[in-house]
Amino acid sequence: MFKTLKAGALALCLGAAASIAIGGPAISAQAQAPAGPTIKIDNFVFGPEALTVAVGTTVTWINQDDIPHTVVANDKQTFKSKVMDTDERFSFTFTRPGEYGYFCSLHPHMVGKVIVKAG
Amino acid sequence: MSDHHTNDRRGFLRCMAWAGTGALWTVSGGLASSISLDQAAAKPAQAKGFTFLQISDSHVGFAKPANPDAKATFQEAVAKIIAMPVKPDFIIHTGDITQLSKDSEFDDADQIIKQAGLTVFNVPGEHDMLDEGQGKAFLNRYGKGTKGAGWHSFDHKGVHFVALINVVNLKAGGMGSLGAEQLQWLKDDLAGRPSSQPIVVFAHIPLWTVYADWGWGTDDAAQALTFLKRFGSVTVLNGHIHQITQKVEGNVHFHTARSTAFPQPVGGQGPSPGPLKVPTEQLHSMLGITTASFVRGQDQIALIDATLAS
Repeated sequence: MFKTLKAGALALCLGAAASIAIGGPAISAQAQAPAGPTIKIDNFVFGPEALTVAVGTTVTWINQDDIPHTVVANDKQTFKSKVMDTDERFSFTFTRPGEYGYFCSLHPHMVGKVIVKAG
Repeated sequence: MSDHHTNDRRGFLRCMAWAGTGALWTVSGGLASSISLDQAAAKPAQAKGFTFLQISDSHVGFAKPANPDAKATFQEAVAKIIAMPVKPDFIIHTGDITQLSKDSEFDDADQIIKQAGLTVFNVPGEHDMLDEGQGKAFLNRYGKGTKGAGWHSFDHKGVHFVALINVVNLKAGGMGSLGAEQLQWLKDDLAGRPSSQPIVVFAHIPLWTVYADWGWGTDDAAQALTFLKRFGSVTVLNGHIHQITQKVEGNVHFHTARSTAFPQPVGGQGPSPGPLKVPTEQLHSMLGITTASFVRGQDQIALIDATLAS
């Protein structure tokens, strides 16, 4: 939320110049619903645990627990969120087909996967 | 959090009446026995030997319904230490010092614990590894003279203390992990020590499997325990699960301490290992600290858990 407010203040100061994208794959706590599918983290569980999407889809994880979590690809490289506190989000766009297992690096018993199908 | 979950947690709490009690455990020759805290208090203070204190899971920075001010309850725990009639020789903090590894949280925690005027030995919990450098913030503060992610050992009045780190480089689907490098270091560190020397091992996540489905264990702890097997007195002190559990296996006595921030459910008896919300008036009876006493010449280790309500 703080980040969003700060970005808002920046937009006021810079006027039209602030329309340059501040977005991108990042942690945020925006109020509006993300465009693509979401995976909710609730009670130390990724829901849905397996999600199937088409290539090019942006998936957003939302932490609804009062404990921080992370979203990290099993290979620890393909995608890796920063720590997500309550209500914070992480988004990643899947550009290649395949099965992407991931976990929470703080609570590694929390696992999930995204299955990406060719368009 | 839905009302449904809240009710589940409250309902569960009724089964937790045991959590407010304290017990003194003595271990001698692999046999454990317990007496009540009242009996322990009636015993004269041990003139020889020494005590040290374990504090755990302070989560400084946590401010959610389960405890709107974890800094304040940490302060209360430290006030209890300051008020002790027999000053402990030092404090060990078994991790999750902070909630989010922020500098301001580490600063607050340091300011509070230093009021006790005692040396503090720290191991990180997973909450202390959340900075950009994934543990650099912790190491910069507490890592002087340590190896790897912060593991180290020291001797105090004949007792050998080993600080292990099991919250780094965790694998998908796994639990806590020590890693090959640290295990080798542990083996070397223990080699050549007489089996009669009492050993105290401390780490954040339990070194035995308390509840695997919630990751409450350490994948490669069994290997560490093979190195410890030959010693006559081994005490393993952990945190992470925010409640007291204990187990004796041969000469090894395992014990987990309460948190000073918020309680967690018994493994599998709640919707998740997250904070257990309890009525405000019950919170202090579910938070606490642990005092460990060594009695010289008796090879005895006594652990006394006290709540913030007592």
